[in-house]
Amino acid sequence: MALAASASPPRRPAAPLDVEAVRRDFPILSTRVNGKPLVYLDNAATGQRPLAVIEAVRRSMAEQNANVHRGVHTLSEQATLAYDAVREDARAFLNAPAGHEVIFVRGTTEGINLVAQSYGRTTLRPGDEILLTTMEHHSNIVPWQIVAGQTGAVVRAIPITDAGEVDLDAYRSLLGPRTKIVGVVHISNALGTINPVAEMTRLAHEAGAVVVVDGAQAAPHTAVDVQALGCDFYACSGHKMFGPTGVGLLWGRTELLDAMPPWQGGGDMIHTVSFTGTTFAPLPAKFEAGTPAIAEVIGLGAAIRYLRGIGFDAIGAWEHALLERATALVSAVPGVRLVGTARQKAGVLSFTLAGVHPHDLGTILDADGVAIRAGHHCAQPVMDRFGVHATARASFAFYNTFDEIDALVRGLHRAREVFA
Amino acid sequence: MSRDLNELYQSVILDHNKTPRNFHELPPPASHADGHNPLCGDRLTVWVDVEDDTVKDVAFLGNGCAISKASASLMTAAVKGKSRADAMALADEFQKLVTGKLEGAAERKALGKLQALAGVSEYPVRVKCASLAWHTLKAALAGAPAEPITTE
Repeated sequence: MALAASASPPRRPAAPLDVEAVRRDFPILSTRVNGKPLVYLDNAATGQRPLAVIEAVRRSMAEQNANVHRGVHTLSEQATLAYDAVREDARAFLNAPAGHEVIFVRGTTEGINLVAQSYGRTTLRPGDEILLTTMEHHSNIVPWQIVAGQTGAVVRAIPITDAGEVDLDAYRSLLGPRTKIVGVVHISNALGTINPVAEMTRLAHEAGAVVVVDGAQAAPHTAVDVQALGCDFYACSGHKMFGPTGVGLLWGRTELLDAMPPWQGGGDMIHTVSFTGTTFAPLPAKFEAGTPAIAEVIGLGAAIRYLRGIGFDAIGAWEHALLERATALVSAVPGVRLVGTARQKAGVLSFTLAGVHPHDLGTILDADGVAIRAGHHCAQPVMDRFGVHATARASFAFYNTFDEIDALVRGLHRAREVFA
Repeated sequence: MSRDLNELYQSVILDHNKTPRNFHELPPPASHADGHNPLCGDRLTVWVDVEDDTVKDVAFLGNGCAISKASASLMTAAVKGKSRADAMALADEFQKLVTGKLEGAAERKALGKLQALAGVSEYPVRVKCASLAWHTLKAALAGAPAEPITTE
């Protein structure tokens, strides 16, 4: 995580990151796009996969493929062992108190939908309030709007400042006895803001609300510690953590998960089934109906171990250096307006360039092999808040280099020339 | 794949992006339709004033990239004065142009200035940018539906 200066001192000096060595772990980083070396600056959309992940998925499919938790044959046993082992990797990754609190889901979106439909639908009453920050991704807005429609609860937005930070005074005044759920994104995909989740959680708990954290952007860039955050639910996506698509994690407190009804029914989530009634399996199986994404879960385990091998101290220090350089160079380009200038920011640079629509900028950069995101970033309320229809977004990972930032800046100048 | 940015961003397109033609509302009784590309957020409104089955006037307003704005601007210039049926047919020809399905040189030539947008066919994800205005025009000509026209 590219933490600004106010973070607590590092526990130990970060071993410097050998970026060239790290880049060799990612086959795609040596490919060419439109005849130019790929400059991949769309990491907030999805991360690239290291060989360790690719090989783990390959091995699962080529050598270990069988269904899990079902067969007595050797392959099924091997697949089950490999699959179940990832639960502990994931628990340690989130510093969760217990492995059974970690549910394998399809991704952050499914994790939040699970909480909304299982916890929200059974606890919300008409007039109850769900508070969401204005910088939430659509995946932490729409599930709540749906459950609000089902229960009569009300969704309210927590304002953000011109810098793209949560307005904590406004948040305090919105909190009250009606507040039942607070949804907050740990790191904003559109602005890069690192939100004060621990502080917001403390305030929410004083009001008696539970806190659901969208960790999609945080998990790839910072050491997540759900116990230090104090939150009640935390969701993240494997593909943003350099693992496969189609898999993610939902962590929840045991007492909440135990009290929640299953969200989907099917195999693997039952204890006994008869036509007079069914009893459900204990956690985590209660929330994992059907054959899971076996190879993807195993791939996610490899991604978690890969990240642990590099270490978030080294990742954070390098990504912070990338963000500082990119912020300085990009904001010096005439006509650039940065969108999102929070004091605590991760490696996301969202901006507009006068006279050049972000989509055109994206196409011009792509001609030089530079991949960025252009659009509303599934965060239309953020666009409305800043009075823009779309932004261009460069987002960094630990394998990006200063040279790549220079390529981005050259592209911005080229776009200005094309549209002069 | 060889893609040339100069083919995409021709001077005609840059000009119409910077100075869009017929970039205003039309008063009633002109009918209008709203177009929306939900993936990128582009939005525009197209007005048509049809009299005796002829497009007497056409105009647009909206937000979008250079491709969508230039396409809308060139479209207004191209369909003004055409019969409703000819305007509809031109929309179909234009769709073929930007999807690379317009075979003959004569057919291409018949599109006149609209040929400037042929380069879009090399950029599959940008085709929707070019076609949004035309989808919206067709809706406006057919009588505006209650829901915005989308490219999805």
